[in-house]
Amino acid sequence: MEGAFILEKLILVVIIFTISLVIAMYSTLAERKIAGFMQDRYGPDRAGLFGLLQPLCDGGKFFFKEEIIPAGAHKPLFIIGPTLAIITACISSAVIPWGQNLTIGDRVVTLQVADINVGVLYIFGVIALGVYGVMIGGWASNNKFSLMGAIRAASQSISYEIGMGLSLIALLMVTGSLSIGDIVSQQSGFVNWNIWVQPLGFLIFMTCAFAECNRVPFDLPECETELIGGYHTEYSSMKLGLYMFSEYINMFVSSALMAALYFGGYNFPFMYDLGLSENWITIIGVLVFFAKIFAFIFFFMWIRWTLPRFRYDQLMKLGWKMLIPLAIANIVLTGIITIVKDTYFN
Amino acid sequence: MQSLSNRKKVLEQKPMNFWERIYLPAIAKGLSITLKHFFKKIPTIKYPEQIRPYSKNFRGQHSLKRDEEGRERCTACGLCALSCPAEAITMTAAERQKGEEDLYREEKYASVYEINMLRCIFCGLCEEACPKEAIYLDGPHVTADYLRKDFIYGKDKLVEPKIDLVQLTQQKSL
Ligand code: SF4
Ligand code: SF4
Repeated sequence: MEGAFILEKLILVVIIFTISLVIAMYSTLAERKIAGFMQDRYGPDRAGLFGLLQPLCDGGKFFFKEEIIPAGAHKPLFIIGPTLAIITACISSAVIPWGQNLTIGDRVVTLQVADINVGVLYIFGVIALGVYGVMIGGWASNNKFSLMGAIRAASQSISYEIGMGLSLIALLMVTGSLSIGDIVSQQSGFVNWNIWVQPLGFLIFMTCAFAECNRVPFDLPECETELIGGYHTEYSSMKLGLYMFSEYINMFVSSALMAALYFGGYNFPFMYDLGLSENWITIIGVLVFFAKIFAFIFFFMWIRWTLPRFRYDQLMKLGWKMLIPLAIANIVLTGIITIVKDTYFN
Repeated sequence: MQSLSNRKKVLEQKPMNFWERIYLPAIAKGLSITLKHFFKKIPTIKYPEQIRPYSKNFRGQHSLKRDEEGRERCTACGLCALSCPAEAITMTAAERQKGEEDLYREEKYASVYEINMLRCIFCGLCEEACPKEAIYLDGPHVTADYLRKDFIYGKDKLVEPKIDLVQLTQQKSL
């Protein structure tokens, strides 16, 4: 491994890290703006043009707020909680392919930090870790509301991880690869997108992604009306900010994941028919990928301001009694279709 | 039992059918409603830049009027206080002394005139009761304050400022 390679990856890591932080920052503004428009009002529009400076103001406010650690809290764990949440949120973007190869001089740069051949499993591992941040934070607060939120978060993410995994198995049966880079490059053009062969799988995956991100209608770990603030009831200042950031970064990453796995990632229709050079295809591909991500983020928010929160038993029922059987049926169906196609139509 | 009004409707709760049970059509419907609102015209008035026009008969803070010569019109008859349903007005009457003719129009005037703005309900009855056309609720909003005592407005806040009519007419003719 030569130095230039490490440097190249390092630059890529920094860029992706910055992009995800900026997007998380502006997601907060977008969320409030979209909420505003959906409720026939403007949302924040005082700080800067269209309120564009609002996230900076909010961030500044977070830094200057008093930092409170409750007397009964377990101090080290109380600090580890948000740290873990933000770290797991940030590292999950490592295996996402942002674009194709970029040729600079005689170097070929892959726009993916790590194309590990078990990328899908890696994502799963990181997502499973993500709930530890919430759980540890909630437990360390020594507050019953926080504890309730933490317990809810844990059981919710365990339940929905199964549905998510099963829906992905059907996808993997179609693609035949665990590497996200391969999965995306298989979907070139428009008709090869996985959504056309796995619509049910996508629906299940998306529902589970909503639940994993603790977004409405699955935001029971936070649940202001019942649990005050859920797992972050006792958090203040930038620690609360970290939790919120990790939520928005999670949303960004799962949008990217959905776009990559089911909607062709950086692939766009007629990409090889326009007579563009490699580099241009890559650049447009990256832009297209981000457009898809933003569409998904918008969808996340759109759902949030449309649907009310589930009751806890409804949540469990949906997870265990509907999504998991559906996902299993989807696997069986995919298997049958694959075999039928292989034996009779080849 | 038969209802007396005959307007009672018995609602029947049917079991949900398949489409209702899988929720997706309902979710799609909800999403379309929120999206419709996304493109709707927003009725917000951006306040400091834009001010909503007041109604012509808006009732704000009271002002005690002066006549054309700049004399206070109020004669401390107490009719406004009597008519006030909230009992917000109190006053003390005094007799006009020699040489004060340019200050007060009538021989009797209010040396103290107080309205408790926390009691007042801005009904405008004082305005209607006044035989001398001395009080009108044509001021701005009564603003917030920190102490209760600061809501009792005396003559210093109520009596309208003296306008130099001569100067005003000169300005207008310019
Ligand atoms: S407006 Fe009504 S309540 Fe207020 S002082 Fe006049 S009569 Fe009393
Ligand atoms: S304001 Fe009018 S009604 Fe009230 S005391 Fe003066 S003259 Fe009488």
